[in-house]
Amino acid sequence: MRIFHYWYALWGIVFRELFRFVKQKERFLSALVRPLVWLFVFAAGFRAALGIAIIPPYETYILYEVYITPGLIGMIQLFNGMQSSLSMVYDREMGSMRILLVSPLPRWFLLISKLLAGVFVSILQVYVFLGIAWLYEIQAPLLGYLYLLPALVLSGLMLGALGLLLSSFIKQLENFAGVMNFVIFPLFFMSTALYPLWKLKESSVWLHRLAEYNPFSQAVEFIRFALYEQFNQGAFLYTLAAFALFLILAIIGYNPSKGMMKRKGR
Amino acid sequence: MKMSAIILSGLLMGATAVHAETVFVTLEKDNAIAVVDPIAGALIKTVNIGQRPRGIQLSPDQQTLYVAVSDDNTVLEIDANTLQVKSKLPSGEDPETFAINSLGTRMYVSNEDDNQVTVIDLQKKQLVHQVAVGVEPEGIAVSPDNKWIVSASETTNMVHWIDAETHEIKANTLVDPRPRALTFTADGQQLWVTSEINATVMVIDVASKKITQRVDFSVAGVGQDKIQPVGVVVDNKRQWAYVALGPANRVAVINAQTYQVEKYLLVGARVWNLAFSPQQERLYTTNGVSHDISIIDLLKHKVTKSIAVGRYPWGVAVKR
Repeated sequence: MRIFHYWYALWGIVFRELFRFVKQKERFLSALVRPLVWLFVFAAGFRAALGIAIIPPYETYILYEVYITPGLIGMIQLFNGMQSSLSMVYDREMGSMRILLVSPLPRWFLLISKLLAGVFVSILQVYVFLGIAWLYEIQAPLLGYLYLLPALVLSGLMLGALGLLLSSFIKQLENFAGVMNFVIFPLFFMSTALYPLWKLKESSVWLHRLAEYNPFSQAVEFIRFALYEQFNQGAFLYTLAAFALFLILAIIGYNPSKGMMKRKGR
Repeated sequence: MKMSAIILSGLLMGATAVHAETVFVTLEKDNAIAVVDPIAGALIKTVNIGQRPRGIQLSPDQQTLYVAVSDDNTVLEIDANTLQVKSKLPSGEDPETFAINSLGTRMYVSNEDDNQVTVIDLQKKQLVHQVAVGVEPEGIAVSPDNKWIVSASETTNMVHWIDAETHEIKANTLVDPRPRALTFTADGQQLWVTSEINATVMVIDVASKKITQRVDFSVAGVGQDKIQPVGVVVDNKRQWAYVALGPANRVAVINAQTYQVEKYLLVGARVWNLAFSPQQERLYTTNGVSHDISIIDLLKHKVTKSIAVGRYPWGVAVKR
């Protein structure tokens, strides 16, 4: 295989995902409406919920909608990662992914290409969301929007890999809804997306612990710091390690001779 | 790690130097003043000064710092460079706030408990006169032309216009309940007065001594009872006015031409007093309950940083 073939496959997968996203206007709209509802409705009602402590990376007092914005970016990527995986189940059922998986290209490359395609779409969603948030006067430093990009790539890859791993366990499309409920909501609510760790500690120590070690929390914090021009090394390493773990497990999961596909007889 | 700082630090080398300035903050419960480097965003040191320091101001030449230490019943004259106390001024009982004329020759002190204004000659360091005013005088200011001293009486709900030559009250303006702070505009044409209970700011025409404008406040998500205006400043161009809203934890940004509130900026808890940087590109706020000061970038109208300074910060003065 030449490098050209790899590039061709990567481009094909990314373009297909992008094309599908653009074609599905409802998906684009829902991807945007979901975090905006949280921002404009939920956050507005909880303006005073944060108290007055200043926490890094913030250097002064912030409104709740400012705090929640990185969490909602994470939410966009979380849903996107899961939906991308959902499309994996669909593709596998309908055959297009089966064709891809039997191509001469390595399986890991195809899966990473699929991940990158999902990340690319999620980044578009995030920047549109941030554009609307900017008009709502939720404004980070300009350079923060640039520093955010690599953070989004890593967090998107990690959440996408988690989705891929989950999709390797799923037999049919219908089963995915349950997994979404058991994965997305716990990940989102038991994280720093909605409340800072010190606030969670006030209510429950075990909830604080769960949130602290939740990879989604680490991704959100990595995003939060990047958006405010800072590098959170701990969150970066944790997110990177989680990505590597989920990816390896997903590749194993998608290996017909070893993984879940074998056990499922597919 | 501040990524932009690393990248931009090289680029900024040799560029226009940032104007160094020092912020002095009185700490009511720590009996001290905090010295802050606002450019570095750090508390430099805290210096014990006396019992319950509140009002603080620099002399026009910036060499002397005056601090009202209320429970010691004096105003301290402090070397602004060494922070050594030079003398104690005869301020009368319980001095809370004071004003200095633009020549640096006279100081006018509000004596809240005695319902009077004490006039001090700063060169002779002597008490010159005491003027009986309304109940609980607090806010005090000198007009830019040094002709008027205005004193706001919190309980009488009046602004008293005292002739600076004769020390007689020439006029009174009835204002909204509990007037707390006041300031003249740089052109001397207007006097802005805050009303803590009515949650308003009144603009008084100096020539007629009548209220010509009244500004109301309303902050989304904050109860009206929490809006208690205290400190007020107006920039030299009379383009923007800023009002500290007390327990609303906001500074209101008012267009001083249209008298419309353009923005509410979130700062620390119970924001008391305000002071401009020398070039008026920054505004400093003392946040009484959260024990810090906030720095507002006035070009962007954004709060950039809050710095912990000590217990119950009250007054603020900025040295260039």
